Amino acid sequence: MSFDLPLIAEALPKMLMGIGLTFQLLVLSAILGLALAIGVMLMRISGKWYLSWLAQVYIYVFRGTPILVQIFIVYYGFPQLDFIREGFLWPIFRDPFGCAIVALTLNTGAYVSEILRGGVLGVDRGVLEAGEALGLSKSQRFIYLTTPIASRLALPAYGNDIISLLKSTALASTITLADMTGIARTIVAQTYAPYEIFISLAIVYMIVTFFLQKLLGRVERYLGRYTIREG
Amino acid sequence: MTSPQPLIQMQNVDKYFGNFQALKKINLSVSKGERIVVCGPSGSGKSTMIRCINRLEKHNGGTIIIDGIELTDDLKDLNAVRREVGMVFQSFNLFPHMTIMNNLMLAQKLVRKTPKAEAREVAMHYLERVKIPEQAEKYPIQLSGGQQQRVAIARALCMKPEVILFDEPTSALDPEMINEVLEVMVDLARDGMTMICVTHEMGFARSVADRVIFMDAGEIVEEAEPETFFNAPKNDRTKLFLSQILSH
Repeated sequence: MSFDLPLIAEALPKMLMGIGLTFQLLVLSAILGLALAIGVMLMRISGKWYLSWLAQVYIYVFRGTPILVQIFIVYYGFPQLDFIREGFLWPIFRDPFGCAIVALTLNTGAYVSEILRGGVLGVDRGVLEAGEALGLSKSQRFIYLTTPIASRLALPAYGNDIISLLKSTALASTITLADMTGIARTIVAQTYAPYEIFISLAIVYMIVTFFLQKLLGRVERYLGRYTIREG
Repeated sequence: MTSPQPLIQMQNVDKYFGNFQALKKINLSVSKGERIVVCGPSGSGKSTMIRCINRLEKHNGGTIIIDGIELTDDLKDLNAVRREVGMVFQSFNLFPHMTIMNNLMLAQKLVRKTPKAEAREVAMHYLERVKIPEQAEKYPIQLSGGQQQRVAIARALCMKPEVILFDEPTSALDPEMINEVLEVMVDLARDGMTMICVTHEMGFARSVADRVIFMDAGEIVEEAEPETFFNAPKNDRTKLFLSQILSH
């Protein structure tokens, strides 16, 4: 078979037009997802059975179903409900971008909350006891001891989830959004050249991932600065 | 030197972990300036006893009164007590993500509400006292075990406590580092600091303790001045324990 290089040269700039949307999906759902995850994690470790139970149900539902199905339920399913159509959130659910953000946020929030919980559980009990013995209150211990230490412990797994989230944003193309994957699919429909287009699309994702990895590595080194003996 | 009201008073204190009784009717009274060494076989309740004094463990029966305040679930009282009771742990428990200086300043700022500049001065003063002012900007992991434990002692001192509890402060250290920590502790004792030390350093007990307490199976079995304790122990369990740790 032939490999149509000029076609790639023509298609690449078009696909890259979608990179902005890809980034918007990634950054917005990453930030909202992290905020959600922190809340859910706090519920999970609150020691109150009803909060913990609620958190566990949420985590189970969103880890137990495919993200594609979640996106479809939010996009096709929610607008069928009267209280959604009449509710103040309708502007979000009316818009495929809003639906994609909601689904991605809910999905990543479930995974990240468990990642954060792992970090919190990994904090040395003795360090917290030392804080307690010095008279630090529970919230002071959480802010000044648990949070910074747990962040470092959770970061490698969290970075993994962010990179995974980048790839999940491609699913937004299934609900009409023109992110990089959405544009690629349109080009393929016009040119019947899936091979060239999808391979170049894959390479673009890999390049973005490369920079994401670099960035995460940097944050990891910063948060782990106190774990190096020499210095 | 007995003051009218003891600084620490434990009366009939019981502590359970599930069905296991870790402390059985503990009675202990410590006056200001007293230096107590607590020893005994592992699992005898030594650590549990001193951890009850600053409520890292809640006792299940009896009363504990620290400087006139009874330990209950009242958070205000508890915070008042914790400000007065310093603690040094076996595994140092420094805050790994903070420099030595910040380790020493954190509780001063948050608990004592000391202004930053003053907190720094106090921290430096105690770092000098434990002879490692030059390590102030390093992270705990960059220090040796002995240095870390000295920092931990300085961190407790920064709060200007009435009493310091030592929970086996030298048991996690390599032999060559034990002395530098003991020297700091002896120095503190000379200065009149009230101290309760769980330790097996019998040399330390002999030279600084006013009283040695021997615990076994959750009870205080024997309590005596070091001279009597080491030379003429009364209880058979004490004799056995001493023969085991002093025989070589």
